[in-house]
Amino acid sequence: MQTVVRMILYFSDLLVPFLIFYIVAYGIMARRPVYDDFVRGAKDGFQTVIQIMPTLIGLMVAVGVLRASGFLDFLSLLLCRATELVHFPSELVPLTIVRMFSSSAATGLALDIFKEYGTDSYLGRVASILMSCTETIFYTMSVYFMTARVKKTRHTLAGALLATAGGIAASIVLAGMM
Amino acid sequence: MLNYLWGGMLLIGVIYGAWQGRLPEITAAALDSAKEAVALCITMTGVMSLWVGLMEIAQQSGIIRQATKKIQPFVNFMFPGIPRGHKAREYISTNIIANIFGLGWAATPAGLKAMEALEELEEERRKSGGHPASRRGKTGTAVPRGTASNEMCTFLIINISSLQLIPVNIIAYRSQYGSVNPAAIVGPAIAATMVSTAVAVLYCKVMDGKRRA
Repeated sequence: MQTVVRMILYFSDLLVPFLIFYIVAYGIMARRPVYDDFVRGAKDGFQTVIQIMPTLIGLMVAVGVLRASGFLDFLSLLLCRATELVHFPSELVPLTIVRMFSSSAATGLALDIFKEYGTDSYLGRVASILMSCTETIFYTMSVYFMTARVKKTRHTLAGALLATAGGIAASIVLAGMM
Repeated sequence: MLNYLWGGMLLIGVIYGAWQGRLPEITAAALDSAKEAVALCITMTGVMSLWVGLMEIAQQSGIIRQATKKIQPFVNFMFPGIPRGHKAREYISTNIIANIFGLGWAATPAGLKAMEALEELEEERRKSGGHPASRRGKTGTAVPRGTASNEMCTFLIINISSLQLIPVNIIAYRSQYGSVNPAAIVGPAIAATMVSTAVAVLYCKVMDGKRRA
């Protein structure tokens, strides 16, 4: 098991350089003006961040206020008993719940965990992986089904919740092994 | 939804803080958080520009198109009921690939198009009074209007199970908050994503096996 984890971590270190190499090499082989393409894309990425800045300010203020009031600690304490039974860190309960509704609000809570406990702490690692392997269930479902004019969603929600639970469980196990 | 969530967070924070006598801390937290959000965005801008720039090269040089072709066996496996050459197939493939590469702006439009195409497919089935649910000879009737078809359920569950390969945002946040190795979570994140997607695939296959609603 330990070697598997070491391999996964080794893979983490290699993946980004490999992707950069592969994409640029492929672009040059395809005779694309790679630098021009890159700059055009980077402009897009730049604008995306500028566009989410107001959202992020709003949500980080809300989470900051909630944290400073002591309410988040109170909530964790309240949920502590229930979550201890399934070995789930109670500090992550608010993040897990909010994650299903709003990606940006969850980001605010994840950043709060990074600040409180550190990015490389156990909680920080779980939060990082959890944010990477889950999606906003309710938002996605409402937008997609609205497009198809569907009201009865049948087994979609159950499946989505199950997949998310699988991701959460995996996050906890993997973060514990890192 | 977010309006209530956001409003609720602030109202609860202020009321609870007042009750605990922590109003000065709340003032400081509100101002600091706003300042911090901007600092964070500046870090994010670098990482996001780099990533989206690389993705533009990938798109223009045909890597994305190639990848869309490569996942056809998976699409066939998950959606055996969609006829070959139906446009729903193309949109679903594009959406999955865009999700894998973290191209949110490309994933959503393709995803919505896929849902429309799946609705049209179901409408065709309604008109022909049934459809071959799978090649294993199982037949069923089309679902009534306003009800999700099996393909829609499968598509959404796979979508929500998260497919993203590199969690670019999280790496950016981690580097902003002083992580020793911000990218260390990439491997574990891919592993966890594979778990959640595997659960989704399994669940959809089981539900597909049952009779249609």
